[in-house]
Amino acid sequence: MADLNAITLQLKGIRKAYNIGLPAETEVLHGLDLTIERGEFVALIGPSGSGKSTLLNLIGLLDKPTAGELFITGQATSHLQDRELTLLRAKAIGFVFQFHNLLPEFTALENVMLPMLAARGRPDEAMRLRAAELIEQVGLSKVGKHMSNDLSGGQQQRVAIARALVMQPALVLADEPTGNLDTQSADNVFDLLRRVNEASDTSFLIVTHDPRLAQRCDRIIELVDGRIDSDKANRASLP
Amino acid sequence: MNTVFPFEWILAIRFMREARMQTLLIMSGVALGVSVIVFISALISGLQTNLFRRTLDFQAQIVILPPKEVSRPLHKAGEGMLATLVQPRAQRLQSVDQWQTVLAQVAKMDGVSVVAPVVAGAGFIVRGEANKAVGLTGIEPETYLQLIALNSKIIAGTANITGTDILVGMDLAKDLGVWTGDKLNLQTASGGTATLSIRGIFDFGNSGMNSRSVYIALRTAQSLLDLAGGVTSVEVNLEAPFTAETVAQTIQAQTGLKVDSWIATNAQFFSALEAQSMSNTVIRFFVGLTAALGIASVLVVSVVQKSKAIGILRATGTSRQQILRLFLLQGALTGLIGSLLGAVVGWLFLNAWRKIAVNADGTQLFPITFDPMLFVYAAVGATLVGTLAALFPALQAARLDPAVAIRG
Repeated sequence: MADLNAITLQLKGIRKAYNIGLPAETEVLHGLDLTIERGEFVALIGPSGSGKSTLLNLIGLLDKPTAGELFITGQATSHLQDRELTLLRAKAIGFVFQFHNLLPEFTALENVMLPMLAARGRPDEAMRLRAAELIEQVGLSKVGKHMSNDLSGGQQQRVAIARALVMQPALVLADEPTGNLDTQSADNVFDLLRRVNEASDTSFLIVTHDPRLAQRCDRIIELVDGRIDSDKANRASLP
Repeated sequence: MNTVFPFEWILAIRFMREARMQTLLIMSGVALGVSVIVFISALISGLQTNLFRRTLDFQAQIVILPPKEVSRPLHKAGEGMLATLVQPRAQRLQSVDQWQTVLAQVAKMDGVSVVAPVVAGAGFIVRGEANKAVGLTGIEPETYLQLIALNSKIIAGTANITGTDILVGMDLAKDLGVWTGDKLNLQTASGGTATLSIRGIFDFGNSGMNSRSVYIALRTAQSLLDLAGGVTSVEVNLEAPFTAETVAQTIQAQTGLKVDSWIATNAQFFSALEAQSMSNTVIRFFVGLTAALGIASVLVVSVVQKSKAIGILRATGTSRQQILRLFLLQGALTGLIGSLLGAVVGWLFLNAWRKIAVNADGTQLFPITFDPMLFVYAAVGATLVGTLAALFPALQAARLDPAVAIRG
């Protein structure tokens, strides 16, 4: 039995169905069991329609499973109300999406501050410093004051990563974080994710279509038709 | 980022600033609505104050009269026959019974500001070959001038009359070719006759009154009209004119005399005032409704436009309540800022109106009442309307499924 504190995410018999009770009822996920330990860097791959996005939404507490239990850092989530889910999400999970990650009304730095603002209600100097620190860590000190729309795609994804890390989450969920970028930018963004992972205890779950990037992860989970088809450690990624 | 405002405010202000055109248009709409409300309200309340003042300038608020005389047919006893035709009695001039007691009694009542005895009757002014029928009013200037704004209508001489003084209207004076200091002969049907000297000329701005009313001293009127020691009415003003009807009924119950309030005798005037007030309310309601629908529709569109942003905010730890407040706040701010702009525009309208709506002599057609509280009410009202209008879009935004919103 693994150390409970070392477990970031645990899924037990997770099922997800849509249109429940209607003739069109369809089950997308058929009882998934999965454990991700602290500091793991995991790729989630699989063909379109295999249920990757659904799974990511469930893990991100944006959606609720039809059956099964989902633990985030050891805490069961099925009985939580919306307010508690929001709090847990804010504290434990960071998101990086493929498109439209940032609010165009705000600068890069302010976008990074937003999760702290939502949690604490009012901006302060400590927030600004923390955001500036992360902006520097993702190599964007020079453009921190620019409106987020004025940044390149790669820069925007870096800001999104900084925002995902600002609350020091246990788990970062990235949905095709490089899917929108050219190869060079994609490599840079991916390198950044790896570097952050190595420097912290944060676990990463990265959905990707790109086999090249998947090969650079420590563990590759393949989802096919709502079932885990394969789940294996990837020695190739190790330096 | 400003550290003064909380999270929802920062977001609301940024969202509104970023959607510049939308914000500008809807705020102009609200501003226009508020300016119309401010303008119309000031106009109508000015109009009403003015009408009200004009009406009460020329009449007492309560008039106490002797009861009407009625004919009482006598039964023919025993034969079962009644008079089938009863001729109503012609009303002769008669005095208010015990008027000094009534006067003293009414003067002591709460809310009564002035009580004045009046002798009114009909007469002829004779000068040379001309004679004019006039209504003559006998007054005690010390009380009557507090009752009616006669002083302010005097254009020559003074209203303080005693003994054989008379006040005549401007038109009558012109018809008879007389002015202050000249003498006139006044005769009444009961045979009274007196030579009076003109002490003052008044102008009521109404040629009927200017050519047919004259004022003389109470005692002179009593003797001319054969009413020695009597008065035909006791007239009363109150501190609060709108309580006149209640006070009139109290006096009637206490004295048994006929008591008329200005509210009862000017029923038409009151229904006109009410109609104005009602049309003002209707205008306010529909302007408010239009503004609310405008704000709501802009926010509904905004929720759709911002659905991705809402999804991202929810994913990064923003609660449903915070999203709800974010949109309610946008509605409230639109209402508040729009109403402040509208107050300024309304104020400009009013000033322009003051310059345009003037008489030929440059005085105002009627003065506009300018209550600063109206601006406060408009601002509070518009903020409430904005918040209410935002309720539906805000709930929509708060209920948005973040997973769906992010995928778009």
